[in-house]
Amino acid sequence: MNWNNIVTVYLKELKDSLRDRRTLISTIVVPTVIMPLLMFGVGKIMSGVIKKTQEDIPSVAILGGADSPAVVAALKKSARLRVVTTPADWKQAIGDKKLRVAVEIPAGFEAGLKAGAAAAVKVYNYSGELKSENGARVVERFLADLREQTIADRLAEHALPKTLARPFEFKRENVAPPEKVGGNMFGGFVPYLIIILCFSGAMYPAMDLTAGEKERGTMETLLCSPVARVDIVLGKFLMVLTGSLSAMFFMLISMGVTAAIGGSLMMGGSATSRVGVGTAAARPTMDVIPMIDPMGLLGVLAMVLPVAVLFAAATFTVALFAKSYKEAQSYVGPMIIVVIMPAVVGMLPGIDLNARLALVPLLNLSLVCKEMLSGVWHWNYIALIFGSSCLYAAIALALAVKMFKREDVIFRT
Amino acid sequence: MIEAHNLTKTFRDKKRGEIHAADHVSFRVQPGQIYGLLGANGAGKTTTLRVLATLLAPTSGTATVAGFDVVRDAQKVRANVGFLAASTALYGRLTAREMIGYFGRLNGMTDAAIRARIKQLSAELDMDEFLDRRCEKFSTGMKQKTSIARTLVHDPAVMIFDEPTLGLDVMTARAIVRFVRDCRARGKTVIYSTHVMSEVEKLCDVIGIIHDGKLLAEGTLAELRARHGEQDMEEIFVKVVGGEVAA
Repeated sequence: MNWNNIVTVYLKELKDSLRDRRTLISTIVVPTVIMPLLMFGVGKIMSGVIKKTQEDIPSVAILGGADSPAVVAALKKSARLRVVTTPADWKQAIGDKKLRVAVEIPAGFEAGLKAGAAAAVKVYNYSGELKSENGARVVERFLADLREQTIADRLAEHALPKTLARPFEFKRENVAPPEKVGGNMFGGFVPYLIIILCFSGAMYPAMDLTAGEKERGTMETLLCSPVARVDIVLGKFLMVLTGSLSAMFFMLISMGVTAAIGGSLMMGGSATSRVGVGTAAARPTMDVIPMIDPMGLLGVLAMVLPVAVLFAAATFTVALFAKSYKEAQSYVGPMIIVVIMPAVVGMLPGIDLNARLALVPLLNLSLVCKEMLSGVWHWNYIALIFGSSCLYAAIALALAVKMFKREDVIFRT
Repeated sequence: MIEAHNLTKTFRDKKRGEIHAADHVSFRVQPGQIYGLLGANGAGKTTTLRVLATLLAPTSGTATVAGFDVVRDAQKVRANVGFLAASTALYGRLTAREMIGYFGRLNGMTDAAIRARIKQLSAELDMDEFLDRRCEKFSTGMKQKTSIARTLVHDPAVMIFDEPTLGLDVMTARAIVRFVRDCRARGKTVIYSTHVMSEVEKLCDVIGIIHDGKLLAEGTLAELRARHGEQDMEEIFVKVVGGEVAA
């Protein structure tokens, strides 16, 4: 191994890649714009849709209720919903989103109430449809209020105190520090993004430096030089790693800047709330300002390093088999599914780190990052995960060198 | 000098089984001599030359290039070889100067030596005008000149040309042929593969006819003419190759 040669190959590949539009897009442009896009674009659209849905006054059709005029009148009087004439095919109308909800008041409902045993009121909606779900919530809230009022009336009738039906109140309060709340909120999301961007940052340089070179005929030119193949692999590998790490670096910078400027859009539209490293975020309903622990973020970066090496070596090895850039895309592209799956599983609530999961590549990273961002440092797991990630990375790199030495891979026709 | 003894390279193909791309090929090329390896497409020329340039390892047999064994001293062989083929392309996103400089550095040259060598080669090959332009924008002639400069940057003792005129226009092909002659004049050991008969007649001191991986005939043009009773190289080639098929 000759470091002069490795550096020479690396510097040439760096210069070459910086002049390649596809590599620049995947390693700099996409990671830089993804966070502003998510927060300002998708975040704004999402908060807009939610706000609009919440402001929507649902149209409600009443089924029955001829012998319950007081309930029907109260429904018609409510400012939170709009009672409409019941269509002949009301089920179809709900399915066609022309009607949000139908409420069925059973025969003799009011009489039953007075007697102390009314039949159940049914609420019909389009399950899963945002506006219909919201309409059902509004009607249910109306019915819950009606029930409360009925209880209050009955207690008053018998000169009993209100506390008889509601003997005590309860209140929920958060005791977790802001870092833990922030870590729990963003702990799955941040490593997920880092993993995906690290991979996509490695993808394009890996394909360009292997299959791309074969296709352009420069691989044979390079192999004519008196440089050991291991030096060529390491020089190229370092460039792929640079692509992977720079994608992560630009994403984190972009995330910090975007969060500092306007994380509020993603957090539900509060103009004063913020989210980010060392800064605060708050939902209007939250009594704590979530934060991301800067030490946790540094820990995440350290843990990502061997995984970036693994990505760089794995994409390099797989792309090396291809004869052309296009063929390499068809090999490397599906790998993103393999990368996303453990990252997504790591985001799921209830999946906690244990010794077995600490050995599963990527999933272990996702889980430990979640913990670290919450300010929890399980040093034994961290050591196990870092060690196993380094081992996987070393195996992948050794495989890359081995593949590069194979004639049937390099001169595959 | 190049010496090949029973050089054999076998590939394994799932459909076709074992393919002997080079089958016990033996020859010797002296400094200041151009050895022409003449053969049809798929005859084994490229494989033989790739083994000599250490891009491929021989299955059996031995070869030395500039005194170094192609298996044991592969890096030393490459340090003494300039390999130019139709398949050895340029980095499109680098300039000609960067391209030549890169291969100079890979050959262990200092920056000062590279600068001096680029200046010399640029003057010899008339490259000043496009030296700092990116290779992707080059004409075929400019590309060939840059490739030649790339192979010569470390001043190798042995030059290996694998169908270097393939797909080139007449003027560029003539420039390549002129360059190969220059190499001989400078005392370099040259091996030149082609399937163009006229190139062999014009250029080569010794001709080896290769077919199905086997070296079927070898000699100077005069010797081959006398041996086969034909004046035209194409007729000689067909006779040699056809005789083998009939046998």
